[in-house]
Amino acid sequence: MPQLEVAHYPPQLVWLAITFVILYFLMATIAIPAVSSVLEGRQNRISSDLEEAKRLSEEADKAKAEYEAALADARSKAHGIVSELKNSMAKEQEASKAELDATLAKKAKEAEAEIRKAKETALSHVREIATDAAKSAVSKLVALDVSDSDVKTAVEANMKGDA
Amino acid sequence: MAAEHSPLEQFEIKSLIPMNIGGLDVSFTNASLFMVIAIVAITLFLTVGMRKRAMVPGRFQSMAELMYEFTAGMLKDNVGSEGRKYFPFIFSLFMFILFCNVIGLIPYTFTVTSQIIVTFAMAAVVFVGVTLIGIFKHGFKFLSFFVPSGVPFILLIVLVPIEVISYFVRPISLSVRLFANMLAGHTLLKVFGGFVVVLGLWLGWMPFLFIVVLTGLELLVALLQAYVFAVLSCLYLNDALHLHH
Repeated sequence: MPQLEVAHYPPQLVWLAITFVILYFLMATIAIPAVSSVLEGRQNRISSDLEEAKRLSEEADKAKAEYEAALADARSKAHGIVSELKNSMAKEQEASKAELDATLAKKAKEAEAEIRKAKETALSHVREIATDAAKSAVSKLVALDVSDSDVKTAVEANMKGDA
Repeated sequence: MAAEHSPLEQFEIKSLIPMNIGGLDVSFTNASLFMVIAIVAITLFLTVGMRKRAMVPGRFQSMAELMYEFTAGMLKDNVGSEGRKYFPFIFSLFMFILFCNVIGLIPYTFTVTSQIIVTFAMAAVVFVGVTLIGIFKHGFKFLSFFVPSGVPFILLIVLVPIEVISYFVRPISLSVRLFANMLAGHTLLKVFGGFVVVLGLWLGWMPFLFIVVLTGLELLVALLQAYVFAVLSCLYLNDALHLHH
């Protein structure tokens, strides 16, 4: 077996030592630090990203809570505005109703007064017409010039009796 | 059949550049060449792969990171955090054996790990290193490693020699396991390769099919034996650091 030839041992041992020592130093100084720095960098990146994600999620939660609070606030405010508006509208309505009532009452009074006045005017006219008619009727009937005051008194007395 | 066509011919050491320093033969041989190829390949594999230092790794960077994390995980599982400072050694050892094994599977290459002297030298370095770590860390107490706890004194007379022998057999079992696996696999491949040539096209496809399957198996063996060597080194290191079975 060629492996058992002792004469071949020294060069193999020497070259094994040389190559292995070179390999050891290449690994220890170049290859292993390169790999471990990349792995460490990745680990750091992952953990920092996770932290960032956690922070952002907390922020989002906070923003959500704020939004909900604002929403509830706005809702209650809107409710207040609506009820206030309702109240003021009811008040306004009442006020306008009262005003309308007052105007109507005033108009009714005015109309009543006018009617009374018209009635009085009409009545007074009736008296004059009656007096004139009575006078002309008397003068025609008895050819007698009756004084106005007499006729008036008579008419009045007659009317009183009617009334 | 001529000696050149023996299945063991592939393990022959051939001097490429004869060198001699102070009477010591330090020739650059085919084994030396493949050791150099292995360390160049490892260095390229790791540095070219990690060149971009990307946050999201590409294919080559993934493989480089995978090798690193695999070895780091193996060391952490078997030794714990104390093994951290031996990581460059375990990593170099694992990568060296892995690359030598896998490169050796390529036809016309030389398998460095099929040389008993190479595997034995690596196992001896692990054994001596681990023993020295144990002695430096625990001093005289290191000897308690050979005395199982909770055993009657009479039995200790039998058990202590067994423990000592099993401890000193470690470098042999470690080196022979790797060497024998490589030797057997490559010899088998060569033998069946010879069958293909002898049987020709008529029946040669049968051993050829077997070679295809066997090559897959040998790839598994190459990966597994590199892992076994590294994991056993970790276990020995753990024994030396923590002194328990």
